[in-house]
Amino acid sequence: MTRTKETESERTRTPSRRGTTLAQRDARSGMLLISPALVIVLAVVLVPLAWSVLIAFQRLRLINVGRTGLFDNLTTANFARVFGSDTLWDSLVTTVVYTAGSTLLAIVLGVVAALALRRPFPGRGFVRAAMLIPYVAPVVAVTFVWKVLLNPEFGIVNSWGRKLFGWDDPIAFLSQARGEISLFGLDIPVPTALLTVIAFEGWRYFPFIFLFVLARLQAIPADMEEAATIDGATPSQRFRYIILPQLMPIIAVLVVLRTIWTFNEFDDIFLLTGGAAGTEVVSIRVYELLTVQRNVGAAAAQSVFLAAVLLVLLGVYMWVLRRRAGGRS
Amino acid sequence: MTAPSRTDAPRRPPAPRPPRPWTRDRFERRAFGILRWVVIGFFLIATLFPFYYMIMLSLRPIEDLLLRPNSLLPDLSALTWSTYGEVLRPVEDAGQGFLSLLGNSAIVAVASVLVALAVAIPGAYAVSRLEFFGRRQVGTVFLLVYLFPAIVVAIPLFVLLSKLQLRGSLAGLVLVYIAQTVPVAIYMLKNYFETIPESVEEAGLVDGLNRLGVIRRISLPLAMPSIMATGIFVFMIAWNEFLFALLFLVERRDQWTVSLGLAQLSGSVEIPTTVLMAGSVVITVPIVVLFFMTERLLSEGLTSGADKG
Repeated sequence: MTRTKETESERTRTPSRRGTTLAQRDARSGMLLISPALVIVLAVVLVPLAWSVLIAFQRLRLINVGRTGLFDNLTTANFARVFGSDTLWDSLVTTVVYTAGSTLLAIVLGVVAALALRRPFPGRGFVRAAMLIPYVAPVVAVTFVWKVLLNPEFGIVNSWGRKLFGWDDPIAFLSQARGEISLFGLDIPVPTALLTVIAFEGWRYFPFIFLFVLARLQAIPADMEEAATIDGATPSQRFRYIILPQLMPIIAVLVVLRTIWTFNEFDDIFLLTGGAAGTEVVSIRVYELLTVQRNVGAAAAQSVFLAAVLLVLLGVYMWVLRRRAGGRS
Repeated sequence: MTAPSRTDAPRRPPAPRPPRPWTRDRFERRAFGILRWVVIGFFLIATLFPFYYMIMLSLRPIEDLLLRPNSLLPDLSALTWSTYGEVLRPVEDAGQGFLSLLGNSAIVAVASVLVALAVAIPGAYAVSRLEFFGRRQVGTVFLLVYLFPAIVVAIPLFVLLSKLQLRGSLAGLVLVYIAQTVPVAIYMLKNYFETIPESVEEAGLVDGLNRLGVIRRISLPLAMPSIMATGIFVFMIAWNEFLFALLFLVERRDQWTVSLGLAQLSGSVEIPTTVLMAGSVVITVPIVVLFFMTERLLSEGLTSGADKG
């Protein structure tokens, strides 16, 4: 009943819309349908982005946030302060090492896991789902478990390490800036906490790589590999010359994504070490400027600096990729 | 072709074949065949052990943990559920008040899902089906938003919410989560809408439905699985989020989300680790259950497009 009524009304309305084609009406409803999403994204992401550049040039402290107008107290002192800090370059180096290490580790682990799960076996569905858990579980919960696992007093890693590998002292994985590994009588200094955080990142984010690489692997047609097998290529040769080249495009995209996200990562390091013991990345400094020193302007300047460095790094990466692609063709 | 020359003196009754020589190919096949299981085992242990440890510790009394830190199996007679009671009870009853924090998280996450879907479904439909001015640019803008550092956006939002006296309210948080998830939600839904044959919708148009009628009566019912997956994805992001919750809510304990609560309390010395482990289990279980229910849908929603290379 209602249906026929609706069709009826539609039919009677059509003549009044003479002159508007379906394409025009589609264009109008398209704009209409997308606009809520656009408005919210503009209001909550793009406008604040521009605003944070403005704040970076303002003398603004948390106490007088309410009274300061949009263009009051313009100054470049925030940037002077950010660049004048002795530890800025240390923390930038830490950020770069952390980003490169975590991205590389996650990519290697993800590709290896995807290769191992490429062919079907009983229980593959379960294994696949299990491997994604570190990525979906709440970051607060997993960092807490890692902190307890690695705890020097009652963590299981240290108690087993002492029992099985004969460690003399428990290792403070998350609070020791410099440790030493004895290899063949040489004492090699290692940044313990930074390495631990990188290992955590590899553990938490390899599922993301794994998911995409596995999807790509399963879309590779079998005939090329079969041809290579008949021609006598061994498994490692088939991987090197047939599979890997076809994975490279998706790996390149994943490297960019993981680099962007790790470079700005705050939660993981904040929750694991709080930025202590040589793990103070730039995003932790932003947070400390904002909440501990309560200097909003300086925090914004620091975050704009972080974003600028990221853009430069990505620009270089894209340039290298394009040059290599150009050289090959 | 080389076969005849290798077997220069074939005997009449075919003798049992001599063992095949160890070629590189055979060696690699054998090695990788074994290595594969080693790798699978390694990854299974690496991913599942921390969660097993989490559950195991949450059921042990703290004294037991301190006495025997290296035990992998809990003492079955000493298992206790009291940790869960303590972590969930309200603060007035000497608990940690996680039950009300769970409530806050649920409110934030459900509100984010509902609004994000209400905004993303029409948007995704428009991007996938309707030719309008700026259709291609919209995708680029959303991609940028998806990639852009949260920490840069956090400062102006922090200032804005302070100005509006909205810091400490859950509404501000929901707004941020919506803006962060809508771009991905549109991407996931768009991919699905594109798999619905256009002819089905055209049939609806021919039969006299208008565009909105087509969306409501044809596209939405067909896209239901994808809408579910997207909703769960948004739920997981909102439930797990930490940075904005920390910045906006830290001064108001009654408004904490459960993630923020666990992070704040894990620094304190007075609360036993096992109680906090129970808290970790409580916040992890809903997510893992949701995830296992929809794992296939979710992975397909996220990676569709990846297989095109």
